[in-house]
Amino acid sequence: MTVEDLRRSPLASYPGVTEIPFLTMVNVRVPPTGDAAARISARLGGPLPVVPNSVVEAGRRHILWLGPDEWLVVGPDGDRELPGMLPEAVDVSANRTTIEVRSRDLLEHGCTLDLHPRAFHAGRCAQTTIARTQVILWQTSDEPVYRLLVRGSFATYLADWLSDAACS
Amino acid sequence: MLLISCPWCGEREETEFHYGGQAFVSYPADPESLTDEEWAQYVFFRDNPKGDFAERWVHSAGCRRWFNTVRNTVTSEFLS
Ligand SMILES: [Zn+2]
Repeated sequence: MTVEDLRRSPLASYPGVTEIPFLTMVNVRVPPTGDAAARISARLGGPLPVVPNSVVEAGRRHILWLGPDEWLVVGPDGDRELPGMLPEAVDVSANRTTIEVRSRDLLEHGCTLDLHPRAFHAGRCAQTTIARTQVILWQTSDEPVYRLLVRGSFATYLADWLSDAACS
Repeated sequence: MLLISCPWCGEREETEFHYGGQAFVSYPADPESLTDEEWAQYVFFRDNPKGDFAERWVHSAGCRRWFNTVRNTVTSEFLS
């Protein structure tokens, strides 16, 4: 039996919510300028974004700004290279799962950010609360498509809340 | 709803922040030499003005960065 057989996503048997489980995520802490940042950017194939709450695409991975010296690199499920490729990175894949939402109206039931396209659009991310739950909100497409990166232990609560809000 | 401006993220709802008390309270330069009363002053005593007050806040549910700001303690208006 392999690790892949044993793992369970928080929303594996949850109806009505689109989960993108098991994305590979590493947290990077490094000064934004200097040799280390340059080496990391070269290794990832994209710059560490310095604009607050913005996202840079680097091949099949994305780099999310979390702070002036902190980023989250998100790769696909099964990205075996990412967790060990940067000495400054910590593997946090098991910390959060990902929920996909395709409605701005739905998020606005519980999110105080201005999500209108003039203020928030594809390539933006934000750490905020939705229904009092801390999430990383990341807009991946202008359709719109949003991803909510939420801690595993809060995922069913947030999924319940989203299902309920979608009915109201 | 009170909006607080994070220097990194811009205006966010008050509930994303935590208060950190008076700003610019520096650690004693020579802690070994402090009397008990001086320690008590450093640890427990803070200004409590009616009006503008320099404070520390942290954007705890957002970027988790600390910052200094000036708030009017009467109106809760943030001045910087
Ligand atoms: Zn912030």
